[in-house]
Amino acid sequence: MTTCPSAVDEAPLTAGDYKSDYKPIWCPGCGDYSVLLALTKAFAQLQLRPELTSVVSGIGCSSRIPAYTSTYGFHGVHGRSLAAATGLKISRPDMTVVVTGGDGDGYSIGGNHFLHACRRNVDMTYIVMDNHVYGMTKGQPSPTTEPDWNSKLSPGGTGLRAFHPMVIALAAGANFVARAFAGDPNGTADIIAQAIKAPGFSFVEILSPCVTFRPEQRDWKSVARPSPVPPTNDGARAARRLMTDDGFNIGVLYQGERPPYQPPVGKARRTVADLEREFAL
Amino acid sequence: MAMEQSLGAPQSVSLAIAGSGGAGVMTTGNLLLTAAARAGLYGLFVRTSGPQIRGGEAAALLRLSSVPVQNLGDRFDALIAIDWQNIHRFADEIPLDADSLIIGDMSQGPLPEAFVRTGARPQDLNLKELAKAIPGAWPNMVALGLCAGMLGLPVEATRSAVETSLKKASDRLPASLAAVEAGYAAAAKLPGAKVIGGEAGKKRWLITGNEAAGYGAVRGGVRFVAAYPITPATEVLEWLAPHLVEVGGVLVQAEDELASINMAIGASYGGTPSLTATAGPGLSLMIEALGLSVASETPIVVVDVMRGGPSTGIPAKSEQSDISIAVNGLHGDAPRIVVVPNSIADCLTTTQWAVHLAEKLQSPALVLSDQFLGQSLAVIDRPEDATYVAERLIAPAGGENYRRYKITDDGVSPMAIPGTPGLAYTADGLEHNEKGTPSSQATDHRVQLAKRERKLSLHDYGDYWADLEGEGELAVITLGSTTGPVREAIARAARDGVKVRLLAVRLLAPVRPEHFAKALDGAKRILVVEQNHSRQFYRYLRSEYDFPVPLSSFARPGPLPIRPDEVYRQLIEWSRA
Repeated sequence: MTTCPSAVDEAPLTAGDYKSDYKPIWCPGCGDYSVLLALTKAFAQLQLRPELTSVVSGIGCSSRIPAYTSTYGFHGVHGRSLAAATGLKISRPDMTVVVTGGDGDGYSIGGNHFLHACRRNVDMTYIVMDNHVYGMTKGQPSPTTEPDWNSKLSPGGTGLRAFHPMVIALAAGANFVARAFAGDPNGTADIIAQAIKAPGFSFVEILSPCVTFRPEQRDWKSVARPSPVPPTNDGARAARRLMTDDGFNIGVLYQGERPPYQPPVGKARRTVADLEREFAL
Repeated sequence: MAMEQSLGAPQSVSLAIAGSGGAGVMTTGNLLLTAAARAGLYGLFVRTSGPQIRGGEAAALLRLSSVPVQNLGDRFDALIAIDWQNIHRFADEIPLDADSLIIGDMSQGPLPEAFVRTGARPQDLNLKELAKAIPGAWPNMVALGLCAGMLGLPVEATRSAVETSLKKASDRLPASLAAVEAGYAAAAKLPGAKVIGGEAGKKRWLITGNEAAGYGAVRGGVRFVAAYPITPATEVLEWLAPHLVEVGGVLVQAEDELASINMAIGASYGGTPSLTATAGPGLSLMIEALGLSVASETPIVVVDVMRGGPSTGIPAKSEQSDISIAVNGLHGDAPRIVVVPNSIADCLTTTQWAVHLAEKLQSPALVLSDQFLGQSLAVIDRPEDATYVAERLIAPAGGENYRRYKITDDGVSPMAIPGTPGLAYTADGLEHNEKGTPSSQATDHRVQLAKRERKLSLHDYGDYWADLEGEGELAVITLGSTTGPVREAIARAARDGVKVRLLAVRLLAPVRPEHFAKALDGAKRILVVEQNHSRQFYRYLRSEYDFPVPLSSFARPGPLPIRPDEVYRQLIEWSRA
């Protein structure tokens, strides 16, 4: 995380300063608008320098976010945002790297990268806007979709148990695990700011309703509530809490103390020409 | 042993040392090549083994010569067998004839029928018994002394090779040296084959193509590598892992090839020249992300060390069968750079060139190496220093209204590196306008497609696009590791008074129609030589170029190498027509 120098002549940046002038393609009422607002509020809260911040994404409705921010952005291929972000952060440790995406992008096609990003624990923040549906392709079940949800692609439902992202993140070694709700942009901004500040791999699962293909998710606002317990640094305790989690406890669940993975870069001990000595006869 | 009087190699000897896994034949091969190198010779050492990861039958194939050698030749002068286990499996890879020797313990059983048929002369010699007489000695060290003795290598050169290799196990040194001496003594009773010494004083290297590619990458400026292991490319990555750290770079092991290519693209977007190395199955997985590199104009180098395909294919054997996927394997209109090193030494400079081109043209560059080039160990002349380095056109800070994908005459637009104030943009795989904003407008698509094509086609690639050698009405077009045997065939034909010109193509994509026309001007017959079944190179040439005469094709899949004599015979037949 790289924050603004506290120069007296520079006015603090506002959330609006972190927004681009490009109009989102999202449907009216989409939860992702609130996440974009929360993200820019978090950036303002931390006074991140826009040029030293990069938002990286894959493919899907929520993956459009990089273009809507005024920071550097990278909009790559479906499912591979964490890989691209890992390359960026490891080679440029001075950058603050935030990865955004959806449940299909992160948990299905990108599932393997999710596991390994948690395990690798590179210092970056992964925000998943989970709406339990593929929205951009107009309504197919994702790994977090309920088994009986009916769709054209899965008539009568998939019959498959939904995937619990926080359980996976915790088990795979993420250093910071939290859930937020798009209906509360200020609370979400606080959680995102904490995630960015936390060293290592921070995972924030955000319930972000898809009002077009999952209109029933409008009711999430009546079930989402602050978690009754404070964050823990004990992985076993966090795991026990998740066993009784109904998916609507909002807040930071776990913050561990595992040091981030950051190999040293930029310090040469030998010249390139010197390397040829091992080949010489 | 009959000496092979081959052109390009005035005098060369090819030897095969075979044995069951654990017999140590690879150590023998390595030490023999080192000893020969110290004695002033050039050489090539190819490892071959059965499908078992460890412990199966294995053979060390060597060719030693007074001049650099780029292939194993047509035949072997001698097969030295430590034991006979499954040795018949190498019959195709170790062609013998009536002038060849087979040295081994004949009491262990009859010679495999495949070798008897060649007419090679058996020579009874029990390497294991010779080793047994020396406490702590191994038969492979006797074999080393035997081979070195038959070749007439000075015993000091062999001793010094053994001493260097046992630096950390000096307790084993006396027995090993005694075994080498026993081998020399046995050789004295056998027909010898001294190779005329090479030039002394020249700077020479002992290197594999995979190491050369790794070093070329570092020389070009690569400082980030994402790695996923795959045969036969792993050594590129294993060489880079410690050496990148020494020069201030970093290598990360990825969870799969989808991750490795995307990590490399992410690092490159951050301003660091980046690379990954893989083989066919990994390249197949990387294709989508290579398209991202094209569309987002993020430089990236991928070294593809080709092996037998399709699917898992023949992992540890060479084949030039990724040509089609390299030149065609992306969806959409996706121009890319494809370069092909044509010798082990050239793996260095061509990879360095690929880094230069990728960075200069903000494009993916594929380096099509192959298992033969990558995994063979060779004594080479130190390659000349090339000046190719990464020079990306960077957007300076402070500009107004920055347009990342600005339309320019040469198609290359200044790239903002994250960290630069005021130039923040989003790199995108979606089609975009000049600013980088996603766009599905016809005009934006058309001008961006044209820009991306133009920057590659307008670039001046200089003379390095191909190696053009010789003249004559007969011409051979080839690429990659088949260049070695083709060069030798052409040299042999020249000795018979038949002039043949060689066009070894290094820049496979983008196409160079004017250069091709000039290179082949006046050619009456053109042969295209490549190592794959479906004539991928021939078909690519036919689809992209106009030729003065119809092309002829000589194509054969791996795992067996194309041998100089096969090409030579075709050329001689043509010269008589």
